[in-house]
Amino acid sequence: MTSDKKWTAVIVDDEELARAVLHEMLSHHPEIEIIAECANGFEAVKSITERKPDLLFLDIQMPKLDGFEVLELIGTDMAIIFATAYDQYALRAFEVHAADYLLKPYGADRFEAALARAKERKGAKAPEPAELRASATAPGHYADRIVVRDGTNVHIIPTAKLDYIEAQDDYIALTSRGSKVLKQQTISSVESLLDPKQFLRTHRSYIVNLDRVAKVEPYGKDSKVAILHDGTKLPVSRAGYARLREVLEGKS
Amino acid sequence: MHPILTPIRRLGIYLLAWIPVAALLGYLFVDVNRIPGAEAAILAPLLCLIFAFDCLSAWYSCKVTPIETSGYVRLLSTHLLGAGIMSALWVVIGRGIAHLLAYSPSFPSAIVDYNRAASLIFVAGLLLYLLAVGLFYKLLAMQQAQSLEQRLNEAKVLARDAELRALKTQINPHFLFNSLHSISALTSIDPSRARDMCVALADFLRLTLGMGEKTVIPLEEELALLRKYLAVEKIRFGSRLDMKESIDAESLACTVPPLLLQPLIENAVAHGIANLPEGGWIQLDIHRNGSEDWLQISVANNYDPDSPPRRRSGVGLVNVRSRMEARYGSKATFAVHKVDDRFEVKMGIPAETVVNA
Repeated sequence: MTSDKKWTAVIVDDEELARAVLHEMLSHHPEIEIIAECANGFEAVKSITERKPDLLFLDIQMPKLDGFEVLELIGTDMAIIFATAYDQYALRAFEVHAADYLLKPYGADRFEAALARAKERKGAKAPEPAELRASATAPGHYADRIVVRDGTNVHIIPTAKLDYIEAQDDYIALTSRGSKVLKQQTISSVESLLDPKQFLRTHRSYIVNLDRVAKVEPYGKDSKVAILHDGTKLPVSRAGYARLREVLEGKS
Repeated sequence: MHPILTPIRRLGIYLLAWIPVAALLGYLFVDVNRIPGAEAAILAPLLCLIFAFDCLSAWYSCKVTPIETSGYVRLLSTHLLGAGIMSALWVVIGRGIAHLLAYSPSFPSAIVDYNRAASLIFVAGLLLYLLAVGLFYKLLAMQQAQSLEQRLNEAKVLARDAELRALKTQINPHFLFNSLHSISALTSIDPSRARDMCVALADFLRLTLGMGEKTVIPLEEELALLRKYLAVEKIRFGSRLDMKESIDAESLACTVPPLLLQPLIENAVAHGIANLPEGGWIQLDIHRNGSEDWLQISVANNYDPDSPPRRRSGVGLVNVRSRMEARYGSKATFAVHKVDDRFEVKMGIPAETVVNA
């Protein structure tokens, strides 16, 4: 980025007054242009994918999507400054490579420091967005929904509604009630997000919601197939079958 | 445990107190019963040492006959009987000692001498035993006073703990931080609104702090607190917050535990309004059912069922519920209804009007 070109910034916060604080503090920085202000997660995903800002000010607890879900959908190819009243997300924020974490209320000094860090940070290599979620999830806490972006639209899939997940090259297909949604993520990283009591890796390419499994039958010589309540047949590997038996026997 | 036997220092003091008794008894033996001096000098201390321990048994009869609740007849009969038995026992033991003394050539007339003194010993035993009874009643009273004070202190500490815990869980720190952030925004945009919000926040905090000391407050005060809270949130959320109320005038004088409604409204704001970009509504209904004298409270709000889950969710509800149970026991009702995008908490409590804090 050349120094004479303006930086573009997007502000995401559901409270008007909180946006006003950022507005005012940025007014002392003519080199930064605010190109959008968003009051919820959906708007944020839409305007960030369309306008690709250099700098993002992001609240965490918001309507529709929280700040981390927004990041998961748009990637972190920009400098991110979190601004929130909650201190318990600080660790997660740095795990998603945020430039800084502002605790509300903050003063001008703290804001300037955050901005300076963000400018240093711009251009640094960002990790894959979907992998961020896995590294930023606290152990013992599992996702209760999965967010998927389709252009500027966002799908929210509660994990309880998932039937199974299938790996397809660089994508995973999330299947619920016969309809499939594709997401760019590895099957291993999505596996680590899901509650192992409910979801099981039954095959190199499949994760199954245990509640949906009707029965497991032999298939061919020494392989097995899982049959779901809706009749879908999914291959089960030898290791997958061992895991499945362990879980099912542990339950009964 | 027996207050004289433990700690051991007390037993020492108790036995020391028996020395003048032994001296007096010895003097009486010589003077009244004409017992030879050397014989009296052995007999009196020995007898006193034995009776000192005999008298300790009076503690137990004092304990089972509390002075406040037992009648005169029972008190007199218990202790006179005890005194009689213990003195008689003493006389018998003393005779045994006299028999032993008689073996010695120095005290050939020990048994005869002792028999002369037996009635004196019996009377002395009666008096000393009753003296011990008096002493033990005094000790019992002191012990009771001490444990009462201790219990009172413990109760005070517990109450203070509960109050602090209640405050800590009731006032959501994020509410404070977000409000301060809004004030910080307003200082340059609209200074007079910033001041209004400072005042509203201060009023709310002051009212909250005062409430921890009370067990119940008139509903009117709780509503006043609620309005201060809403004044702050109204500045934060602006037109997104739509508060509707329907409150019976006759319910205002009823008493409720402090901070019963505020956490429910805060819940409705945090989980309802805060997740609705276009805003939402909160409906507070309070009705007093005249025939059964029952206070029916309902806090309803709309919310977005697809919104991301928030931390702390449910803490406020659990808190309110447990405080209601603590105060009203099974007489209170508490129910949560979730239908589509409507969330409602319904509570019923006995309509009490007297503030007995």
